[in-house]
Amino acid sequence: MNKIMKSHTDSGKQEEKVTSVVNRRLFLRSAGLATSMGAIVLSACKDDDMGTVIPGTGDAVELGKGDIGVLNYAYALEQLEAAFYTQVIATPYTGMTDAEKTILTDIRDHEIIHREFFKTALGTNAIKGLTPNFAAIDFTSRTAVLGAAKLFEDTGVAAYNGAGKLIKSTDYLLLAGKIVSVEARHASTIRDLLNPKSADFAGDDIINADGFDKAVAPADILAAVKGYVKDTITGASVGK
Amino acid sequence: MDIFKIIDDFQKIDGDAAGRLQYATRRHFMNRIGSKVASVAIPSIFATVVNKAFAQSAAAVDVLNYALTLEYLEDEFYKAGNAAANLIPASDKAIFTTIGKHETAHVAFLVKALGTAAIKKPTFDLTYKGAFADVLTNYKTFVAVSAALEDTGVRAYKGQAGVLIADPQILEYALQVHSVEARHAAIARRLFAVVNSSAATKAWITGKEALIAAVQPIYDGEDNMTQGGVNLKGLASKSDAAVTEAFDEPLTKAAVLAIAGPFIKA
Repeated sequence: MNKIMKSHTDSGKQEEKVTSVVNRRLFLRSAGLATSMGAIVLSACKDDDMGTVIPGTGDAVELGKGDIGVLNYAYALEQLEAAFYTQVIATPYTGMTDAEKTILTDIRDHEIIHREFFKTALGTNAIKGLTPNFAAIDFTSRTAVLGAAKLFEDTGVAAYNGAGKLIKSTDYLLLAGKIVSVEARHASTIRDLLNPKSADFAGDDIINADGFDKAVAPADILAAVKGYVKDTITGASVGK
Repeated sequence: MDIFKIIDDFQKIDGDAAGRLQYATRRHFMNRIGSKVASVAIPSIFATVVNKAFAQSAAAVDVLNYALTLEYLEDEFYKAGNAAANLIPASDKAIFTTIGKHETAHVAFLVKALGTAAIKKPTFDLTYKGAFADVLTNYKTFVAVSAALEDTGVRAYKGQAGVLIADPQILEYALQVHSVEARHAAIARRLFAVVNSSAATKAWITGKEALIAAVQPIYDGEDNMTQGGVNLKGLASKSDAAVTEAFDEPLTKAAVLAIAGPFIKA
């Protein structure tokens, strides 16, 4: 990649710009793949020009420490969910029924309210507005959209469940509790849309033998959603 | 240098990447979670951890016995419903079998974890002193009581989160059960909407709207518009209905026990 870019440094300005944008797109996707597959591309990109951040396409975002970190973590996830459902309603998938549209519009509004609530609550401590990357989602396909929705909702539930014990303020803990059950209602509903009247609304794939939902630590959640956001989110100090 | 060739090549790679990214991310996520759960999934290990924590917190024992009371009630309710002939239509069996399975598991977990501190199962009156006299013969009543019990469970667990803040591992278990109750509540409410042709009833709670008047206290306070000290009216130009749906509210132990009281004979 770098070789290609360097071979272009002597070319015309316009050409260089086009190439670097394309390279960056490729880089971002490769980086996403690399993390998911435990591969190699990141180390190849540490040197020189690949480190340059192009505005609006991906920044380094640090969530912060302690309860502020937890709130920013929630704010980050809600931003992704809100952006996802906004897109779902803006470009409905083929064959979306009225009933499905009502449900998905409700969920969109809930996620936007969550997002705006965290933004307001965090004030100057809030992280920036993230740039989502939904390139991997085919928004024209019902299966793809509801599949992604299921992943986002289950992930949201697992994230809030895993973050609960990191929260120090009882007020914030209660707030997280008020939101996570709504996310679980979403998850149940999306799963039922995918496989109506089956056990899937709380299927064995997500609920264990003790009847427990998942609880997942921030680092694992951030790794799981990495491919859906252009910014590089770090949350090593969340809750600490 | 052929710029168009390069872009073309990139697009080819991009096309592959999109599909692989989705697959790989999902697989990665499930693997990670899967291994986590697998490493702690044996009930006896759970129980040991909880027992250790109990030694340090009488408050936790109290909360879990309170939870156990509600789980005993739910478990008995679904056992009776699932066993009743001609109550649950075949199309909906999978739903109630699944809910029942989870409630049985919750009881088993709590009993094991509490050990000798576990309360005995109360004697229940599933008719709620006659208010739901046909609960095991009329599917509409059964679905309404199911949704009411699940919505109560969600509020009850939520109300105890703060009490458990000093017992992080037990708090996490409680949260893991809490969201399962919410999944149950959502599906039960959607079934309620179907069997009653009530389009206004959604998986989420709008305002303080009760499914049936007899259980209004389960929904009191759900119309709260103020979160974290901020009145959210008009936030992002969303309706009051949406704002109240976006947040579930807690109930105190006293309020829950008052609601559950008519189910408990002794």
